[in-house]
Amino acid sequence: METLVKGGGLIVLLVLAVLFPQVFANPAVTNYGILALIFATAAVAWHIFAGNTGYISLGQAVFYGSGAYAMGVAARDWHVQGTSVFELLPLSGAVGAAIAIPFGLIALRVRRHTFIVVTIAVFFIFQLMAFNFWFTGGSSGLGSPFLSWAPVPYNQNFYYIALACTVGSVVVAWLIGRSRFGLQLRAIRDDEDRARGLGVKAMRVKLAAFTISGAITAIIGAVWFYYLNQVHPQTGFNPLFDLTLVLMVFLGGFGSISGAVLGALIIEPLTQWMNTQPAFSGSISEVIIGAILLLVVLFMPRGIVPTGGEFITKIRTRGRPAVIPATTIGPASSASSASSVSSGDAR
Amino acid sequence: MAREITQAIVNGILVGGVYALMAVGLTLIFGVLDIINIAQGVLVILGAYLSYSLFTKAGIDPFLGLLITIPAMFIIGVVIHWAFISRLRGGERTSMTLLVTYAVALIIEGILFKIYGADNVQISPKYVNSSVHILGFYVGWVYIWGFILAVALVAVVYVLLYRTRFGRSVRAVMQDETAARLVGISVNRVAAFTFGIGVAVTAAGGVVFGATNAFNANSGYDLISRLLSIVILGGLGSVGGALGASVFMLTMESVVTIWQPTWAVAVYYAALVIVLVYRPTGLFGRKAVRAQ
Repeated sequence: METLVKGGGLIVLLVLAVLFPQVFANPAVTNYGILALIFATAAVAWHIFAGNTGYISLGQAVFYGSGAYAMGVAARDWHVQGTSVFELLPLSGAVGAAIAIPFGLIALRVRRHTFIVVTIAVFFIFQLMAFNFWFTGGSSGLGSPFLSWAPVPYNQNFYYIALACTVGSVVVAWLIGRSRFGLQLRAIRDDEDRARGLGVKAMRVKLAAFTISGAITAIIGAVWFYYLNQVHPQTGFNPLFDLTLVLMVFLGGFGSISGAVLGALIIEPLTQWMNTQPAFSGSISEVIIGAILLLVVLFMPRGIVPTGGEFITKIRTRGRPAVIPATTIGPASSASSASSVSSGDAR
Repeated sequence: MAREITQAIVNGILVGGVYALMAVGLTLIFGVLDIINIAQGVLVILGAYLSYSLFTKAGIDPFLGLLITIPAMFIIGVVIHWAFISRLRGGERTSMTLLVTYAVALIIEGILFKIYGADNVQISPKYVNSSVHILGFYVGWVYIWGFILAVALVAVVYVLLYRTRFGRSVRAVMQDETAARLVGISVNRVAAFTFGIGVAVTAAGGVVFGATNAFNANSGYDLISRLLSIVILGGLGSVGGALGASVFMLTMESVVTIWQPTWAVAVYYAALVIVLVYRPTGLFGRKAVRAQ
C-alpha cells in the first residue's frame, strides 16, 4: 500500500514535470524550470557522494566547469555544429570522471575539515587554469555553437534534456542507495574506521562514489553551458555554485534524494526570481540566501524532508506508542531517538 | 638574479608576517571550537573597510585607528559566536558550522557591496608609497609597519596563550574539552573569547592588506582560500605551524612570481596538495585532527 502510494505520487510528479513546459510555454517561465532541473541534477550528484559518505565537498564546481569547458573546447576544435553537439555529453562525463579520480585519490586521504579545504584548494587551481590556459579563452570565456531553434521550442527542448538528466541522476542515486555499495558508503559515513575494520574497502568505495558524482556533474555542466551559450571562468568555476548546492541539500534534507531535489526546486527559482527584481538586485539576493542558510541551519538543521516526514509520522501514530521511523537514514534517526543532545557532545 | 631572489624573499617574509597574523586567528578558532571560520576572509575585508572609512571620513590614521577597529572586530566576533555558533549541537556540527560561517560571510559581503559598491579601493595614507633603502633593498614602509604590527600582535596572542590563566584554559579546551569542563573551565566563555580574538586580529590584517592591495567586497574569497591553505599546511590548530606556513608560502609565491606571475598563486595550492599526500595532518599537525 505504502509503495503503491509512493509510486503513484512519483508518476503524478513526473507527468506534471513533463506537462509543465507545454502548459507554460513562455520562455521566461520555462527558464526557471530548466535552471531548477539543472541544479536538481547537480544537487543529486552532490548527494550521491556527500550525502552518502558524509564528506562535504566544496569542489563540485570543478566538475561543473570542466564539463562545460570540455564540451566548449571539443565543439570548437572539432567543428561540431548544431544538435550533434549533444553527442559530446558523454565526453564531458568522461572528462569529469577522469578529473575525479586523481582529485579523489588526493582529497579522500584526509577527512572532515581538511577534506573540505582540499576541495576548495583544488577548485581554485581549476579556476586559475580556466583563466590562464591557452585553450580556454581566458577571462572572456568560451561560446558554444549556435542552435537554430526558435525561443519556445529551444527552452522546451532544453527543459526535457534537463529533466532527463534529473530523472537519470535520481535513478542512479536510488539504485546506489539500495545497493550493497550504498550501504558501504553509509557505513563510512557513520564510522569510517569501523567500516574498514568490517572489510569495506573505504578508499575504493569513496572514490567510486566521487567519480560517479563528478561525471554526472560534468554532464549537467555541459548542458548548462550549451543552454546559456557561454561559460566564463567565474561562472563555470563559481564558489557560490558549491555553496548553493550545499544549501539546497541541507534545506531539503541532508542524506535523502528527495531532499536534494526539493531544495534545488525551491532555491534556484528563488534566486532567479530575485535576480529579476530590482529590489533584490545584486548583493541583496546574496544577503537573503545567506540569511535563509542561517535560518535553516539554526532552526531546521535536518532539512524539510526529514522534519516533515517525522511530523507526518507523529500525526499518524498519535495515541499509539511512538515508533522511530526506520526509513530515516543515519544521523536523522539517531537524532530523533535522542532528542536532547546535551551541550557536552558539541563535537 | 640573486639580487631579485633575495628581494623577493625579503618581501615574502614581510607579507608572510601579516598573513601569519590572520592565519593565527583562524587556527586558534579551529583549535578551540573545532570549526573552520570561512568568514575569516570577508572579516579581513570588513576590517579593511572599517579602517578605510575611518581614514577617509574622519581622517584617522589607519594604524592608529586599530585602537577602534580591533575592539570593534572583537565584539563582532563575540556576537557571531553567541548568535550562531554556540547554538549548534549534535552530530552534523562540523558541516553546520561551516555552513553558518559561510552564510555569515555571504551576508557581510552583500552588505559591504551595498555600502561601498564594486569598485576597488585602497587605504592610502601618504606613507604607503614611500619606501626605505636598507642594505641595498627597497622596502615599502607600509610593509615594515605591517610586519612590526604583525609580530607585536602575534607576540600578544602568544603571551595571552602561554602566560595567562585565560590562555591555560584555552589550551586545556584545545586538548580535551570534556576534561576542561570537568575541572571547572567555562568552555562556552573560552570559546566566545577565542572567537573574538580570532576575529579581532583580522582588523590588523585588514589594515595592512587594505594598504598594500586594492580590494573590494569580493576579495575575501581569494584571501580565505590562501589562509585555509596556510593553516592546513601548518597543521590545523597549531599556532607555530600557522606562522611557519604563512612565511613559507608567501616567500615561495613571491619567488615564483619572478618567473611566472600568472601561476604563482597555483604554487600555494600545489604545495598544499603535495604536502597532504605525504603528511595528511599538515607539517606540524596534531594526530587528533585526522580522527573522526
